[in-house]
Amino acid sequence: MVHDVDPGTPRTQHTTSDLGASVEITVTVNGTTQTHDVEPRLLLVQYIREVVGLTGTNIGCDTSSCGACSLHLNGEAVKSCTVLAVQADGQDIRTIEGMAAADGTLHPMQQAFMENHGLQCGYCTPGMVMAATSLLEENPNPTEEDVRLGLEGNLCRCTGYHNIVKSVLAAASANA
Amino acid sequence: MTMTDEPTDTAVIGTRVLRKEDPVLLTGEAVFANDMKVPGALFMAVLRSPYASAKIVSIDTTAASAMPGVRAVYTGADLAELWAAPMPCAWAVTEDMLNPPHHPIAIDAVHYVGDGVAVVLADSDAIAHDAIEAIDVEYDPGEPIIDLEDALSDRVVVHPELGTNSSYTWNLLVEETDGAVQKAFDEAAFTVSERYVQQRLIPMAMEPRAVVSIPQPFGGDVTLYSATQIPHVLKVMIAVTLGVPEHQLRVVAPAVGGGFGAKLDVYAEELLCVALSRKHGVPVRWNETRSENAVATIQGRGQIQHIELAADSAGKLTAIRVRLTADMGAYLQLITPGIPILGAFLYAGVYDLPKAYDFSCTGVFTNLTPTDAYRGAGRPEATYAIERAMDALAKEVGVDPLEFRRRNFIRKEQFPYEAFTGLVYDSGDHDKAATIAAEMIDYAGVRARQAEQNVEGATKRLGLGVSSYFEMCGLAPSRVLASLNYSAGGWEAATVRILPTSKVQVVTGTSPHGQGHETSWSMIVADKLGIDPADVDVLHSDTAIAPLGMDTYGSRSLPVGGVAVGMACDKVIDKAKQIAAHQLEANLDDIEFVGGTFRVAGSPDREVPLAAIAFAAFTAHDLPDGLEPNLEAQVTYDPPNFSWPFGTHMCLVEVDTETGAVDVLQYVAVDDCGNQVNPMIVEGQVHGGVVQGLAQALYEGADHDSDGNLRTSTLADYLVPAASDVPPITLGHSVTPSPTNPLGVKGVGEAGTIGAAPAVMNAIVDALSGLGVHDLSMPASPNTVWNAIHAAQSTSATGGNQ
Repeated sequence: MVHDVDPGTPRTQHTTSDLGASVEITVTVNGTTQTHDVEPRLLLVQYIREVVGLTGTNIGCDTSSCGACSLHLNGEAVKSCTVLAVQADGQDIRTIEGMAAADGTLHPMQQAFMENHGLQCGYCTPGMVMAATSLLEENPNPTEEDVRLGLEGNLCRCTGYHNIVKSVLAAASANA
Repeated sequence: MTMTDEPTDTAVIGTRVLRKEDPVLLTGEAVFANDMKVPGALFMAVLRSPYASAKIVSIDTTAASAMPGVRAVYTGADLAELWAAPMPCAWAVTEDMLNPPHHPIAIDAVHYVGDGVAVVLADSDAIAHDAIEAIDVEYDPGEPIIDLEDALSDRVVVHPELGTNSSYTWNLLVEETDGAVQKAFDEAAFTVSERYVQQRLIPMAMEPRAVVSIPQPFGGDVTLYSATQIPHVLKVMIAVTLGVPEHQLRVVAPAVGGGFGAKLDVYAEELLCVALSRKHGVPVRWNETRSENAVATIQGRGQIQHIELAADSAGKLTAIRVRLTADMGAYLQLITPGIPILGAFLYAGVYDLPKAYDFSCTGVFTNLTPTDAYRGAGRPEATYAIERAMDALAKEVGVDPLEFRRRNFIRKEQFPYEAFTGLVYDSGDHDKAATIAAEMIDYAGVRARQAEQNVEGATKRLGLGVSSYFEMCGLAPSRVLASLNYSAGGWEAATVRILPTSKVQVVTGTSPHGQGHETSWSMIVADKLGIDPADVDVLHSDTAIAPLGMDTYGSRSLPVGGVAVGMACDKVIDKAKQIAAHQLEANLDDIEFVGGTFRVAGSPDREVPLAAIAFAAFTAHDLPDGLEPNLEAQVTYDPPNFSWPFGTHMCLVEVDTETGAVDVLQYVAVDDCGNQVNPMIVEGQVHGGVVQGLAQALYEGADHDSDGNLRTSTLADYLVPAASDVPPITLGHSVTPSPTNPLGVKGVGEAGTIGAAPAVMNAIVDALSGLGVHDLSMPASPNTVWNAIHAAQSTSATGGNQ
């Protein structure tokens, strides 16, 4: 039906022009270490989506405002549109695809979002989950205000945030 | 058992079933259009005009064409041969409406910043974007028209061949006798005359648009994947605009990251990708950046509103007059001219009005991005005008705004209410919704606190805003659309198919992009068929799989599409009953269907489960004479009326008069969408809708400079609120079932947005009315609020009156 190749296969075309000198980087993504040649200007989000082939991380803006590209770099949420792929050389990346367990059990944050209707269209959701998980690691018992301020960098147009905040607080108390 | 009965213990409808849609979205497995991996695809980029108004003198594509990796460069003139028709506008609101030809790429002139001028196809996205910068265009700029009143004056005409900027003037004059409206104003005990501006908004769905077109040069078919709300409508429009045989077109909406009306359109890039993929015989794909989205995807709202209300000495409304000037933008997109008209019937709001209504709207062209549907599409604008004006009138009459509304509400007993327009509002109870909201916010308590706090010299002033709304959604009875000259119908299609192993497929013509139809339709089927919602699969958004549909917008999917699903279930049960009667050797009339089982009335031993009937229908070994095998039914439902949800929102703000900052302390939304299929989903829709309305009041506005450049083209300067910018929303609801459909349901997707902006603005004005502020513009930024306070203070200081 859909004219995809196997979704695990990286795209064979890079979106960058081949005019710049390449740099070899070795990055561990969701536990798998891989090596690629990339242009210095390639953004980490482009690397993840187009070279590694993991499209769960989304692009929603061009000013680092929306947070849809949030993933974990060495365990900390970062906006991957504001990191160069070459900066991830030797580093450890976890994307939304790496959050659920190998047997398919959702990560507690994912489960909390589902139980509390914390998503509608789902486009901001991977970034929200990554940012929220990192937030709770830093602050395991946040107030509602802490959550709202902590997620300032992740925009959502569908939910009005009410249930996103509820989801994160639920995940926090589930952990407590 | 009908759905309007009290739910039994086993009923699924009305419960908070978790969403089936969530796992693929939560794990990144879902495929949005730009996630698709398409080997061999060419990447398209569009060169866009930097001028709001200019003739195209020359375009030199030589340098771009020579760049490595560039496969083709096209100007508008090069592409002219690909179009069988100009870009479609599906709503000629008047017979003499002026619609300038609009092609996917401009040929002789550009009319807004962002208007496409040339197109590049290249091996990669980066090369395509590098190449468009190498195209040399010589423009002869003209004076752009940005301001609506300037546009109306025809001082400078946007489309010279039209001779005017006015595309149409649409009138709705309803008078018991000639001159009744003017007479009511002449004799009124109280009148108000207000002017409001509905600023342009940018929908800013989190997913920027993306398109992939995959041709089969020898097979003949073309498949278009697009981040669209309207795969079915798009298919028809592409066939017409490109002259492509419709039966060879397949349109698929993959996972779509929000629409809000901005993806309810036929866009240049969709047409370009289809046409160029066919021309080149390879897939062609395109996606927009956020900055591009801000100008190249439609904007919303854009009106100057004049509204006058007349009331008698008891404070009862006697007449309403409305004059709108509506901003079309540079071209008419799919339903651009009709957006203000969707609100035209609603400027009397939830109030009982005699036949004295005078509405007129002129749509004008400007040198700005075209406008079109944005959450509420004409109805938030209407509700804003009447609800702001009612507060002004309440002040004139000297009555509390809530009490004033109660005096004028259409009463519950009056429903179904035939309005002055002839439209029938099917059910409502405005007083109840208002009462619930008042209790939830502690209206009397707030007024008391306000009186204590808002004393002279107070720098933090409390304000309470009320907004009682209703709206006209669930598009729509096709005959009514015909009478409005809308080019399409308003039906919806559903197929329910019980498979041999008793699992169920639902094929729906709706096209969800966050609204949870898979879950909700499964719930409807679960109750009808006595099965588990997990045993239902809902197929949608692919014209090869769900060939019939009118897609998702205008809060129509549940009251039209969901109802069709229920009706298809009824048809399937009717057929299954015939098989059951035959198997049980009973009269058809004696067969009951309860809890998923067919029984002979009065003989509890004689029964057969639905699963057995499904398998029997598949094997066809022993069916009644004349009955076709398989257990499937299709229904196309044309609703007999619009859907009329309603509610009351109340907003409590605290305004800091020294900084102009507005703090929303509390927001209460009481909404009534009839019977609720999934309350969790209903709440989510209201939350999201309210925040968009609140954002219009406080944060957002598409701001252009005098050259027509959009100053707010990124999320850094167009203020889509973040979680820390908005309050929690306190929800209440009432349930006044709709008599229009068997499920008793109404739409609710836009209701939150429709109620919110006037609630917030009424609150701010209420906070500042003691300082002489009567009105202020949206968005009520601290700067705007501060200036309004100081303007009012200096007016009173110089002896002016408010």
